[in-house]
Amino acid sequence: MRIFTRGAAALLILLACGPAQATVKILATTADWGALATELGGDRVSVYVATNAMQDVHRVDAKPSLVARARTADLVFATGAELEIGWLPVLVQESGNPRIQPGAAGYFEAAAGLNLLEVPSRLDRSLGDIHPQGNPHLQLDPHNIALIAKALTSRLAMLDAGNATYYQQRGSDFDTRWAQAIAHWEAKAAPLKGLPVVVMHRDQAYLCHWLGLLEVAAIEPKPGVPPSAGYLGQLVSKLSASPPRLILLNAYNDAKAANWLSERVHVPVVTLPFSVGGTAEAKDLFGLFDDTVNRLLAVIQ
Amino acid sequence: MKRFMRVAAHLALACAVLPSIAEAADDVADLRAEFQALKTEYASRVGLLEARIEQLESAPTPIAAQVAQHQHAAGDSHSSASAFNPAISLILGGSYTDVSQDPGTWRIAGFMPSGGEVGPGKQSFNLGESELTFAASVDPYFSATMTAAITGENEIEVEEAFFRSTALPSGFTVKGGRFFSGFGYLNEVHSHAWDFADQPLVYQAFFGNQQKQDGLQLKWIAPADLFVEVGAEAGNGQAFPGTRRSHNGLNGETLFAHLGGDLGASTSWRAGVFWLEQQAEDRSYEDVNEFDEPVTNAFTGKSSTWGVDAILKWTPQGSVGRRQLKVQGEYMHRREDGELTFDTEGLGLNDAYRSEQSGWYLQSVFQFRPRWRAGLRYDSLDSGSPSIALVDDGALPPEAFPVLLHADPDRVSVMLDWSPSEFSRLRAQYAWDEARADGEHDRQFRLQYLYGIGAHGAHKY
Repeated sequence: MRIFTRGAAALLILLACGPAQATVKILATTADWGALATELGGDRVSVYVATNAMQDVHRVDAKPSLVARARTADLVFATGAELEIGWLPVLVQESGNPRIQPGAAGYFEAAAGLNLLEVPSRLDRSLGDIHPQGNPHLQLDPHNIALIAKALTSRLAMLDAGNATYYQQRGSDFDTRWAQAIAHWEAKAAPLKGLPVVVMHRDQAYLCHWLGLLEVAAIEPKPGVPPSAGYLGQLVSKLSASPPRLILLNAYNDAKAANWLSERVHVPVVTLPFSVGGTAEAKDLFGLFDDTVNRLLAVIQ
Repeated sequence: MKRFMRVAAHLALACAVLPSIAEAADDVADLRAEFQALKTEYASRVGLLEARIEQLESAPTPIAAQVAQHQHAAGDSHSSASAFNPAISLILGGSYTDVSQDPGTWRIAGFMPSGGEVGPGKQSFNLGESELTFAASVDPYFSATMTAAITGENEIEVEEAFFRSTALPSGFTVKGGRFFSGFGYLNEVHSHAWDFADQPLVYQAFFGNQQKQDGLQLKWIAPADLFVEVGAEAGNGQAFPGTRRSHNGLNGETLFAHLGGDLGASTSWRAGVFWLEQQAEDRSYEDVNEFDEPVTNAFTGKSSTWGVDAILKWTPQGSVGRRQLKVQGEYMHRREDGELTFDTEGLGLNDAYRSEQSGWYLQSVFQFRPRWRAGLRYDSLDSGSPSIALVDDGALPPEAFPVLLHADPDRVSVMLDWSPSEFSRLRAQYAWDEARADGEHDRQFRLQYLYGIGAHGAHKY
């Protein structure tokens, strides 16, 4: 019993030492959400990004360091649509932090409120790693970013009511700059419309949808299922008959299969950042789309 | 609303006035002045309106409304009662076993048997435990989880069934019911998530695979960038090494702490210490006496265990699915102090007993390419030499307690597994087992399958 009392005393001492924070602490699941939170929150928020652009966000360890960040977070900024289902629920559950439980003001999912692509009509894992709520790789359509920015601005204004005007101003400033940027990218990327491409996985669906790229094949036969030699062979004969212009690869993907295919069908591979930090140029959200559009254009010119 | 009407009226007036300017050339100056006045008023009213709108926008929207809005937009609003069904997942496991010694006589040398499903298991094909898990939020304050294990012997066992708080402030979580104790690293890990087909010998000998009891757990996480977790548990003390239920209050106490963090972008770690205390009352076990006749002996007394655990994961750039190296190890030390009864159904001799026993394992699992992992594990136990007063006093020879004779069991295991997806795994494991009480060398080969269907589970670190 004495040990229990001593333990309790130690707990109380540690509790009293808890730091006081002035800023809204945000735990963002991806570098894109980290960048957006910084754009909108400015110096009133402090952002910790759980993953980097080289990681497959679907498969991440619920590391102790992330549990620690979840413990002190005021806001969890996740993609949702089950992208982070393998690890985020553990962080939220283990954190002992009531502010970030799903349903609370401190739990924000980008996918909520968006119309997702590829909502499966049949739910069966024989179809591969499908997501019941739709394709969660939604950050590659800048129109989605604009909508998420609006929702996040009002969430920040609600969480930190004292700085509401500040967030509103930053929000509308971002909205203006983003709308201009979208117009610029869309004008510039007009020649890409209808371009036949091969994708790696379903994670480029939003980019193709936005730019009007025509997906003629995917290197993964089903989401999350690596290609077999037989499947790749079929792909080569299919693509040799009607060759695509590009093979799209994400910075975080293993390039092996894409390069192999590229050599066989004589179509260039273009490596896209996919996420903020995926390439040196993709320093922030503006850089992400600048670089994506530039890299696509560079290969076809 | 009134303001809108007024502005609209002014706008209409302005529109009506505008064309007349062109026509009435005489009154241009007058009209210009009037128009100017209107314009100023209009501008100031618009300014006011803008300020009002901004104010309204910045006022917080009730969270309920926001959440409802989002859910509506996502288009997944259900109205049927089944929409509240908990997440259900089912894990199926089974194996094919080939051993060089009779697994029915497998027993760890030097240790009182822990009960539990320990050892290499049965030969040939075996259906393992099918784990059925239900989980859902209860209300805004609690969540609940139950895992039932349906064994190959057609028994249903409540593996875990607990509630957990979700709304306590300051990093506290309370868990209650039946659950795997939070100490160490492997104790809390469900069998389908083990990296080998079985638990390390130290877990088999000390806890009959895993320690769980009916009780309460209080856990606290420090508000720091370093992961600091402290937990305390109190339970009924029924699980090995405890047996006591004939007392009110706390019968089994556990304290544990974990620290963890990152070393750069690719390496993460967690380390911990723990301490458990349990009471045993007539904890009986089967043995043979010095004439090779079966006897039942029993221990009554206090059992305290302490230990340390550590794990390090190296994941180049954090991509779990591609390459990862895991190194983990745990050490445990147990002291038992009390009385030992020899031949409870016959002679019933009883005197003091004390033992100090320890054990550890070190294992490493390397994911060398997507879907493929290889692992190596070393197990070691030290039974110590217990002081048995009945022997020390000369009442009985040491040979009267063969189970308690000193031994240093050990085992080496290697495994290779292939996971076609996140939901399936096939494993081959081979072990050189030098733990048997009869001193025979055992070679154990096992093929194992694990399939998960239903809700996508999230795995702990």
